[in-house]
Amino acid sequence: MFLSSRLVDGTRSLSITGAWRTAHAGELAVAVAGVEADGREAVLDAEALETLDLTGAFFLHRLEARLAAGGSAVRWRGARPETLAIAAQLIDAAAAEVAPSSRRRDEPLGALGRWTVGRGTQVHDALEFLGRIYFVLGAGLLRPRRLRGASVVRHVLETGIQAIPIVALIAFLISVIVAYIGAQELRQFGGEVFVVDLVTLSVLRELGVLLTAIIVAGRSGSAFAAEIGVMRLNDEIDALRAIGLNVVEVLVVPRILGLVIALPLLTVIADAMGLAGGAVLSWVVLDIPFNQFLVRMQEAIAPTTFWAGLLKAPVFAFVIAMIGTFRGIQVRDSSRELGRLTTVAVVESIFMVLFVDAVFAVVYWQLDF
Amino acid sequence: MAASPPEVVIRLRGISNRFGRQVVHDGLDMEVHRGEIFGIVGGSGSGKSVLLRTILGLQVPRAGSVEIGGRDLTRVHGRELRQVKRGYGVTFQHGALFSSLTVAENVELPLREALRLPDEVLAGLADLKVRLVGLPPDAGAKYPAQLSGGMVKRAALARALALDPPLLFLDEPTSGLDPIAANAFDELLLYLQASLRLTVVMVTHDLDSIHRTCNRVGVIVDRTMITDTLAGIVDNPHPWIQEYFRGPRGHLAALAATRAPGGDR
Repeated sequence: MFLSSRLVDGTRSLSITGAWRTAHAGELAVAVAGVEADGREAVLDAEALETLDLTGAFFLHRLEARLAAGGSAVRWRGARPETLAIAAQLIDAAAAEVAPSSRRRDEPLGALGRWTVGRGTQVHDALEFLGRIYFVLGAGLLRPRRLRGASVVRHVLETGIQAIPIVALIAFLISVIVAYIGAQELRQFGGEVFVVDLVTLSVLRELGVLLTAIIVAGRSGSAFAAEIGVMRLNDEIDALRAIGLNVVEVLVVPRILGLVIALPLLTVIADAMGLAGGAVLSWVVLDIPFNQFLVRMQEAIAPTTFWAGLLKAPVFAFVIAMIGTFRGIQVRDSSRELGRLTTVAVVESIFMVLFVDAVFAVVYWQLDF
Repeated sequence: MAASPPEVVIRLRGISNRFGRQVVHDGLDMEVHRGEIFGIVGGSGSGKSVLLRTILGLQVPRAGSVEIGGRDLTRVHGRELRQVKRGYGVTFQHGALFSSLTVAENVELPLREALRLPDEVLAGLADLKVRLVGLPPDAGAKYPAQLSGGMVKRAALARALALDPPLLFLDEPTSGLDPIAANAFDELLLYLQASLRLTVVMVTHDLDSIHRTCNRVGVIVDRTMITDTLAGIVDNPHPWIQEYFRGPRGHLAALAATRAPGGDR
């Protein structure tokens, strides 16, 4: 359709027809690949060529090159198309340059070394970042204005108050589930009433604070990384630095303080909703009336139980906010980096929350708290 | 120029755009002829970018019609709209290169989506376009963040030309470039327009660039457009146009255009 070939007096006559345009690139590629050079002189004829754009010229140039490579002399009957001349000039200039250097092979030892150095740099950067945060916090003790109250309040609103509905709902549902499973098991021993102990202890010591921290890590940790990351891509961070502002002071510390205030408050709400969930289930499924639930609860908890959970909240908050902002500041150059580092921020902060929780468990055990 | 009436490629009729209470365009008409470089000029906030977005079909006007190649963009949908969109290439003011792809991959993307071609052919075509816009050979493997401002503009042009569109839209192609790079971009544009027989519509603030490249100019004033040849528009009595073209910057540009070899188009 685009190319017809005839043999005339020992020369191959190739007639180029139709529209050699981008829209037909697929067919053109096939047509050109079908031409076999056999050493005979080839005569190209563009008389019947309707249109030729640069993509078409690219394939015409391939055709010429293919014939020449097969030892055929190429001649044009009539004029050689102008667009082909432009394409040929560009492509031949490219071929004249040195071939691109082949990529160096990644040897296993070298890869390990690079990975190790990369990790080392990350640890170094993270420690430096932590140091800057402490520095700003320390300076803030002397001059509280530097802690930017308005900004902190905004972050308490966004990360705390606006998270209340979701945190409350999830805490309620999870404790209903825990109580329900507990009720099924404990009923076999006739110890339904211990469901109260189970729910109270697990919600106050672990579930309340842990669930809240994980929700906040997903909600606000990602938001911190994305906000700061986009600011980096827009050169806003450089603008702040150029104005002479401390990025850690302006962007990082208010977020950390905001979350350190918000997360304990959210934890209290999660605790309350968790206990409410346990109470409702006990009442509906186990016929334990509300006042009896409260009495039993008083017996189950020690004076420290509530504080054992709540004490962890500010630590979790610090970890989440620090990782989110740290990863945000690391964003460089591309939208893919932004997505990758936001993901990293969430995964790492949830992991670190669980890790720190395990550390707390060991410490509490040792202290008999 | 031949006496026969020029073929109209783009025709806007009675375009009105409004955002809330702010009227940007009110009954704006515009025509672009085949094979010309048409400059859109206007003050900041006069709606140049909105107009360009309207022509591209990215913004539906309150009233009026946008015809590209005889098809009304405000009426066609789906397949037909896609076909119209394949007939033009666009460069955005800040390049809008996909930051997670290399330059070569950026250029390949429209080809890859529109056509089924083997990777080796795609790479060849992308390389051809990268060279066409005068980028150095190693630019194809680089990411947009590694390019200078002038190279970003050229790479964006290479992507706009990926499907060999007959129509090219440029949004402030020389903004942010130094005079030498801007000049080189103008020359490249003239070369491409002549050799590929392109029709070009460009939004610009660069008077030097207007004098060097544009055949006709459309000025957005008072929410409509005044269109004329460059020589004609300079003599238009409208005060804003007088200030724009006759102001201190305008004089310099006119001077440069008359002095440049073959500059008086």
